[in-house]
Amino acid sequence: MFSRSSRWVVALPAALALGLSGCGSGDPAASPNSASASASAAGGGAKELTVFAAASLTGTFTELGKGFEAAHPGTTVKFNFGSSATLAQQITQGAPADVFAAASPATMKTVTDASSASAPTTFVRNKLQIAVPADNPAKVDELKDLADPKVKVALCAEQVPCGAAAIKALDAAGLKVTPVTLEQDVKATLTKVELGEVDAALVYRTDVIASAGKVKGIAFPEADKAINDYPIATLAKAPAGDLAKQFVDLVLSQQGRDVLTKAGFEAP
Amino acid sequence: MVTSERAGPVDPHSGFTGRPAASSGQVSGRLPWMLVLPALAGLAFLVLPLAGLLIRAPWATLLERLTEPQVLEALRLSLVCATVATAVCLVLGVPLAWLLARVDFRGRRVVRALVTVPLVLPPVVGGVALLLVLGRRGLIGQWLEATFGITLPFTTAGVIVAEAFVAMPFLVISVEGALRGADQRFEEAAATLGASRWTVFRRVTLPLIMPGVVAGAVLCWARALGEFGATITFAGNFPGTTRTMPLAVYLALETEPEAAIVLSLVLLAVSVIILASLRDRWVNST
Repeated sequence: MFSRSSRWVVALPAALALGLSGCGSGDPAASPNSASASASAAGGGAKELTVFAAASLTGTFTELGKGFEAAHPGTTVKFNFGSSATLAQQITQGAPADVFAAASPATMKTVTDASSASAPTTFVRNKLQIAVPADNPAKVDELKDLADPKVKVALCAEQVPCGAAAIKALDAAGLKVTPVTLEQDVKATLTKVELGEVDAALVYRTDVIASAGKVKGIAFPEADKAINDYPIATLAKAPAGDLAKQFVDLVLSQQGRDVLTKAGFEAP
Repeated sequence: MVTSERAGPVDPHSGFTGRPAASSGQVSGRLPWMLVLPALAGLAFLVLPLAGLLIRAPWATLLERLTEPQVLEALRLSLVCATVATAVCLVLGVPLAWLLARVDFRGRRVVRALVTVPLVLPPVVGGVALLLVLGRRGLIGQWLEATFGITLPFTTAGVIVAEAFVAMPFLVISVEGALRGADQRFEEAAATLGASRWTVFRRVTLPLIMPGVVAGAVLCWARALGEFGATITFAGNFPGTTRTMPLAVYLALETEPEAAIVLSLVLLAVSVIILASLRDRWVNST
């Protein structure tokens, strides 16, 4: 335990320095900000920060959370990853969260409408891609192939952000696609492609990258009509107070952006 | 075991209860509070969430939401699938329970433990497991598609498979318990009178264990009706073919919690009505 956390303390400033020097003209506000954040938190005792984040942020936010813990010794970052809509409801029903990062402005709006959060900031954007199994059995190579009745397609249900985006993109292309299933979230949709149960699906670019070669991603021009903004906000009743703002600052910093773009997100 | 302690003869044709008539009377005396208090707390624990649903239900718009075609479609699909799944479980599960209770074979303990696997397995994992076996690229699914052109995922048949997988252990455990509690002397008597094993099972064993079979089937049906995880994972979610009530509830919860409450109430009301009427019909409970 001790050796592990002390290793982090040494590793993080080094990583930070690397990140900053590597980016040259990186956001100048980021470095004093995070430096002061770590200084102020170092004095405090053991604290817990609870972050509710969209399922598509699982990989990147876990990584950022580890960095945050290292920069704020004694702080534990707890994540609740899930469908943005479900998280939004948990928050409005009084779940003790400090930060909310949603996969769509609509889900964030449910939280801000209930005046449970500060003004949200868009921190990344995500684009749809066609995901096909690695061997692409139905020879899909553009969006209109999905309209072929012989091609089995999975989409997200329209109630979740990736489904809303899929409908927008298909409408923009003037295509009518009859999917075999409307999945409850983007990871479930991706699983159907990974297992080869469907020939194609519309998922986020980040999911294709995260699948590490198990599915092939095909970009299509209409995706630009259905870009998903990801907003982040601190919550009004944040139990961890200042730490919540510092975590949001980390996500918005150059370091945060690097982690997110590496995973396939686009800067807003 | 229990059988040796049972008092009095039981006529296997007298009814479904299969117990001496005398024992159905009440035991007199003061109620022990050590049992009554936890019993009331237990009842409250089970019923309060239902009260929560009732309190939050949007009564004003209830009727109009109920008559939406998607609601009726999902309800119909749920009832059909749960009923067919229960039938499948009866056909396969009763013989399996008989095998576990009446035939002494090596590895019976292991088999009995395996039967309960779907109970322990998170349903979503069960759904993935079904995909790996019966999916388009699954061990058996591949062959099914190549030979018969049958694909189960994303079909109503797939919903039934997922529900039967999750619900069958309830039936098997219940029927096996009934078989172990049933007096084997009747079966032996029938056998000495020249009945074949199949005749004994059909004419003696089955009537004897009928209450257990009915109870198991009811549990099985209820579990199938509420099935969510395995269904959405294995059969997917599409209105009319695979979107059952629990799936509709889950999706409604994403955007319209009130609609989700209405759907849950419909599912609850329908299942309670059906189960209560079945109980009166088949199990003379009081």
